[in-house]
Amino acid sequence: MLVGDKISLEVGGETHLSDVSFEMAPGGLYTILGRTLAGKTTLLKSIAGLTEFDSGALSSSGQDFTKVPVWQRNVAMVYQQFINYPHFNVFNNIAFPLRKKGLSKDEIQKRVARSIEQVGLEGFELRKIQELSGGQQQRVALARSLAKASKILLLDEPLVNLDYKLREQLREELKDLIDSEFNKDGIVVYSTTDPLEAMQFGGTLLVMDEGRIIQQGPAVDVFEHPATCRVAEITNDPSMNLWPATFTGGQFHIAEGIDLPAPADTSGVNEGACIVGFRSNDIRIEAGGLEFVVELSEIAGSETIIHLRRGETGMIARVEGVVDLKMNEVVPVKINTDWLYIFGTDETLVKSPFGSKD
Amino acid sequence: MRSFYITLKYLAIALWTAFVVGPFLWALSTSFKDFSSVTSGAKYIPWLQFKPTLEGWNVLWRTPARGGVDIAEPFMNSLMVTTLASAISIALGTLAAYALSRYTFKFGFVKNNDITFFFISQRIMPPVVLSIPFFIMLSKFGLLDTIAGLVTVYIVLLMPIAVWIMVDFFNKVPRELDETALIDGCNPFQAFFQVVLPNSIPGLVVATMFCLIFGWTDFFFSFILTFTEVQLLPVRIVALNSSITPWWSLSAAALISVAPLLLVAFVVERFLSKGNLSGALK
Repeated sequence: MLVGDKISLEVGGETHLSDVSFEMAPGGLYTILGRTLAGKTTLLKSIAGLTEFDSGALSSSGQDFTKVPVWQRNVAMVYQQFINYPHFNVFNNIAFPLRKKGLSKDEIQKRVARSIEQVGLEGFELRKIQELSGGQQQRVALARSLAKASKILLLDEPLVNLDYKLREQLREELKDLIDSEFNKDGIVVYSTTDPLEAMQFGGTLLVMDEGRIIQQGPAVDVFEHPATCRVAEITNDPSMNLWPATFTGGQFHIAEGIDLPAPADTSGVNEGACIVGFRSNDIRIEAGGLEFVVELSEIAGSETIIHLRRGETGMIARVEGVVDLKMNEVVPVKINTDWLYIFGTDETLVKSPFGSKD
Repeated sequence: MRSFYITLKYLAIALWTAFVVGPFLWALSTSFKDFSSVTSGAKYIPWLQFKPTLEGWNVLWRTPARGGVDIAEPFMNSLMVTTLASAISIALGTLAAYALSRYTFKFGFVKNNDITFFFISQRIMPPVVLSIPFFIMLSKFGLLDTIAGLVTVYIVLLMPIAVWIMVDFFNKVPRELDETALIDGCNPFQAFFQVVLPNSIPGLVVATMFCLIFGWTDFFFSFILTFTEVQLLPVRIVALNSSITPWWSLSAAALISVAPLLLVAFVVERFLSKGNLSGALK
């Protein structure tokens, strides 16, 4: 069990970590989701022992981890940059930590061969790191951390520097590897900025923002019941659209000419000021809808991201397929209010379309 | 038009080569002349324009008793002082540079950059300013006119170069490389010696080259701090100058003194084109 208790770190007046507490159990997968500079890397480095924090406690299996130097903590870490030992070939890169552990030659040979096979780099054993592509380099880093069979595996945005196709592919493989290798007694901590990636990895989600963990729980739970507006923003890409609204007479009044019908169940929602939220993919371009002006339209793979505005009210829509829209074009838009989230004026969740959290 | 530029480029290279190589050829030619060949107008090509003689070179091997100047001993002295001082400077300077690159120091208002600057500032002062305190210190310790004394002084001169080059180099080595080594079970010393240092060979080679060059070519300090017991090559070469200037043996001695540096340059060139850090961080 890896336990962090109120870990805080401030560097030069800037908060890097603030009262971070967590409990990570063996066999668990923990995904840290947060924007850039949210403190994800700092938290991982603190667990590894590379960063000392100002206050708080960190223990592993009851042992005070802060007293254990990095090189004795027996953790494994993969960076978002592809970090390998340039002076070693692939085999020696993976064998290096095993040699440090003083394993026998046979055991090293066995483990390296196995992890090379796991990451699909057979035949590359004697290659130099410089001769590998980015994806292959990251596979070597991954193989090195797998071969160690550490109790704690830290993955710091390992896929972020790969191109789209490769990221998808390696993500699948990584997930399979983690499920097969570590579900018994290892702790896997995976950090990412991508909500979709976080959802695909599942496990326990820790949402970080400005050095704090602002919500943690099963990934699906967090996705369906974001505790605050900020969580709703971070766990959606593009961000969840959030509109200040007034709830009266069975509808949400947003602005002049914009009213959203309330979903079927509005129990617990008080009349008056609130914030409504809806995901970018709950917006459709459909005749008879509200008219919005296209501010920006970008095609992302098989989807189109459209920035829309009507007066002071703006939103971002993500629609399936390639939609060709011009700037300043006026389009009719419908919002699926079945999936409306309602937050109070204090930005905490009042009502989720997925019902109450038992 | 393209061929015009290529022609121009080669012309420029040829001019520059002549500019660089010319003096060496001239010195080589002069080293085989005698008094009359030097003083009777411009002559460059042996056998055709003058009769070559080995006298200029022979003088350098003969003992003073037999009218020679014997540069073998100062050559060995120079070699010893330069390599010893360079080796110590690189060893200490590299460690200092790594510490300055990776750890944060704070002594009151003095921080990392100030310490780095302190090292470099040793080279900002004109050598003359340093010579007097050096002379007094060495004489107090009885180190004047000794190899140990010269090595000590040369370390002061060469270590700033090593620190300067290596700090810059280590700053370009991704910190994550050291961190990965620590995570993989290295203590900080192992991380440095087994991971960072093997990947710093290009930096080490450049730093070594500069130390060797500055050490080998120093005239001023060896001139001030030695008398008769330990003479270094540059001092001995200047001492060749007497009532008549023996251009032939001066040229021969100059060529000998340049030879080790040429060797260094050739070795360094091979290293520099080979090693690089790509692959540590993409």
